[in-house]
Amino acid sequence: MHDMKTCHFFLVPVLALLLLAASCGGSDAPADSAATPATPSSNAETQMLAEGKGIGEVKAVELKTPLEAERVSRGEAIYKMKCSACHKLDGTRVVGPGWKDVTKNRKPEWIMNMVTNVDVMLEKDDEAQKLLELCLTRMPNQNVSIGDARDVLEFMRHNDGEK
Amino acid sequence: MKKSLLALAALLFVIVALWQCKTRGAATSAAAGGDAQKAYVPPGKYDEFYNFVSGGFNGQVSVYGLPSGRLLKIIPVFSQFPENGYGYNEETKAMLMTSHGFVPWDDEHHISMSLTNGEQDGRWCFANANNTPRVGRIDLKTFRTTEILEIPNAGGNHSSPFITENSEYIVAGTRFSIPMDDQPDVPINTYKQNFRGTASFISIDPNDGHMKLAFQVLLPGINLDLSRSGKGPSHDWFFFSCYNSEQANTLLEVNASQKDKDFIVAINWKKAEEYAKAGKGQVKKVRYAHNTLDEKTHTATTKWETEVIMLDPKELKDFVYFMPCPKSPHGCDVNPTGEYIVGSGKLAAIIPVFSFEKMQKAIADKNFEGEYDGIPVLKYDAVLHGEVQKPGLGPLHTEFDADGNAYTSFFVSSEIVKWNVKSLQVLDRVPTYYSIGHLCVPGGDTKKPWGKYVVAYNKITKDRYLPTGPELAQSAQIYDISGDKMKLILDFPTIGEPHYANAIPAELLMKNSVKFFKLEENNHPYVAKGEGETKVTRNGNQVHVNMTAIRSHLTPDNIEGVKLGDEVYFHVTNLEQDWDIPHGFAVKGANTSEILIMPGETQTYYWKPDRIGVFPFYCTDFCSALHQEMQGYMRVSPAGANVPLKFSTGEPAPAPTESK
Repeated sequence: MHDMKTCHFFLVPVLALLLLAASCGGSDAPADSAATPATPSSNAETQMLAEGKGIGEVKAVELKTPLEAERVSRGEAIYKMKCSACHKLDGTRVVGPGWKDVTKNRKPEWIMNMVTNVDVMLEKDDEAQKLLELCLTRMPNQNVSIGDARDVLEFMRHNDGEK
Repeated sequence: MKKSLLALAALLFVIVALWQCKTRGAATSAAAGGDAQKAYVPPGKYDEFYNFVSGGFNGQVSVYGLPSGRLLKIIPVFSQFPENGYGYNEETKAMLMTSHGFVPWDDEHHISMSLTNGEQDGRWCFANANNTPRVGRIDLKTFRTTEILEIPNAGGNHSSPFITENSEYIVAGTRFSIPMDDQPDVPINTYKQNFRGTASFISIDPNDGHMKLAFQVLLPGINLDLSRSGKGPSHDWFFFSCYNSEQANTLLEVNASQKDKDFIVAINWKKAEEYAKAGKGQVKKVRYAHNTLDEKTHTATTKWETEVIMLDPKELKDFVYFMPCPKSPHGCDVNPTGEYIVGSGKLAAIIPVFSFEKMQKAIADKNFEGEYDGIPVLKYDAVLHGEVQKPGLGPLHTEFDADGNAYTSFFVSSEIVKWNVKSLQVLDRVPTYYSIGHLCVPGGDTKKPWGKYVVAYNKITKDRYLPTGPELAQSAQIYDISGDKMKLILDFPTIGEPHYANAIPAELLMKNSVKFFKLEENNHPYVAKGEGETKVTRNGNQVHVNMTAIRSHLTPDNIEGVKLGDEVYFHVTNLEQDWDIPHGFAVKGANTSEILIMPGETQTYYWKPDRIGVFPFYCTDFCSALHQEMQGYMRVSPAGANVPLKFSTGEPAPAPTESK
């Protein structure tokens, strides 16, 4: 791991474009490069971003009331293992922002996309970029599945006092 | 002085040049310039092959990309590796355990890729240790050594770890005969009566790759050198070259070069397997270490084995035969069809090629020239396919392409010679720089060679690179073999001392490459799955710290209550779950290497403080913009001090108190 790591993310798409422009047969680019190459935002993506839902696989989330208790406890276990090192449950910022009121300030789709698609979010979503400027540590990709992210969201709702 | 040296050098140059002209009729001149285009892999692009190269005296396996020659990875196998803590941390120390105790180094010569139907399957890579006889298995999903098996009744495990067509067995053959483990103390000059060689057959579990010493074949006190399994029609057989059929125990340079011919030992391992399974062998009491790394606990353990089945071909007939082979044979290579066995006499001026079909007939006809130590010796002419005439000087090893050609390395005349296996005609030759040992064609030892390149691993480097004092990196060259003529395309330095190597298409491995270990599946006894599970506990004078690392802090990072005389174990779990985010860990004054913890893994760092004070510890692998902040302190108080055990991260400083 090198200190250039954080720069790769931004450099790779640029390099890829340059290579494409410079070579006629650049179709055998590594399938699994370190960062996802930038693709032009589609209308649907622009729409999602404008609505504050972020960008990623999560387009719509159905929330139920009362809270789903099993999700809450699974989400809490994931929080303890993969999130608690950087996020406190109150409002204090440690490495990342505290979680208090996150479900009131962000759309559920935005939260789940941030958890499951953090690299693209940090590149394309204005709110995510503001948080990076504030915290100066890129949120790590903790390889949380969509289903697990949904559980974490339920735990966040619980943390915000929903019943 | 200088002038006379120059004159001498010039004279030598002329002599060598003249001699090369003489011996190299159809020499190509393509070698001089190289064809860098063919070795060029543009930035961000991948190599076509992984090249697994033995490290010789560094005890490691290094992985290069072909055709670029770029070093991708060093895999420690038989040697401690301070760069990542292998053999230093508490989890992997057991990997280097032997019946001689902890052995932190070895001499690693050959590798074999696991095979299915005689083709590379990309599951495991096996490696041998020559000095303290062992074989190791590397998991090609993680590029880590996951198993090491010691070999009893053995000295100099050289003809190893060559493999059968379906990875049924790898072998370990003894270069140094010794008295067997159950009667070890004999006069050295009773060599002929008391010293024996053994060929060990180690079975491979087809599901998980686990190794088991299935049986050993007892041989006379000859020096087994190299070996290859049969293929196709010769599937049931294994062939070992040997030298020192004189059975000398001193000044082998002279005394083991007396006879005109030594042997290729042909062992019918299928028949041997039947004998072993039928209980025909003798069970010998021995003691050897079997070390395995558990993927879930990330921890290695040693199991002590106590028995081995020994098969004596003097009593159990018809499974071992000797084929005479000229002049101290070294390489013993079987072509892709399995019909031809190439013996390379180090001191011979020809290359004999044996026919498996003829060998079968000679055995059936009992066409023997006699016996050697109770084992039948087949007639040379009866088993010979033919000899390659005037191929070069000092043939060592042979690899094959898919078109019926062989590529043989010549140490003395420093060249690779291409010849046709059937017609035995020399087709092409290229110089190497200098004095080539092993060579590698991708898949060149299998039923299905991928061809395209041949790589020369040289023993002498001299003037190839910028001088670096008396010790130089070993040089290697890559030649394009896609056309009729071999063409030098790249020259690159290597690490350690490469002996044999294998190359495997990138796509066979890269799709399986593990990116991180799942935290959920981490069963290390001291794992902290999240900061909530971090703690410091005392057990007598042992202090265990269950610590976590994530960008960019360690938890706990302030620890007090440790006392002089304590032994501290830092069990560090890397909480990251993303590719290429390792964290490192080290403490001031520790008598060990750092540990490098992969995402989702737990590694343990042992530290025994030697004085009182406050000791910084930190992350040693640049991980983030705030990596420099990833640090902490451990306070060590005098023995018997009254400082309570206490640990924290991010605890605010106490309110200022009045100064003393």
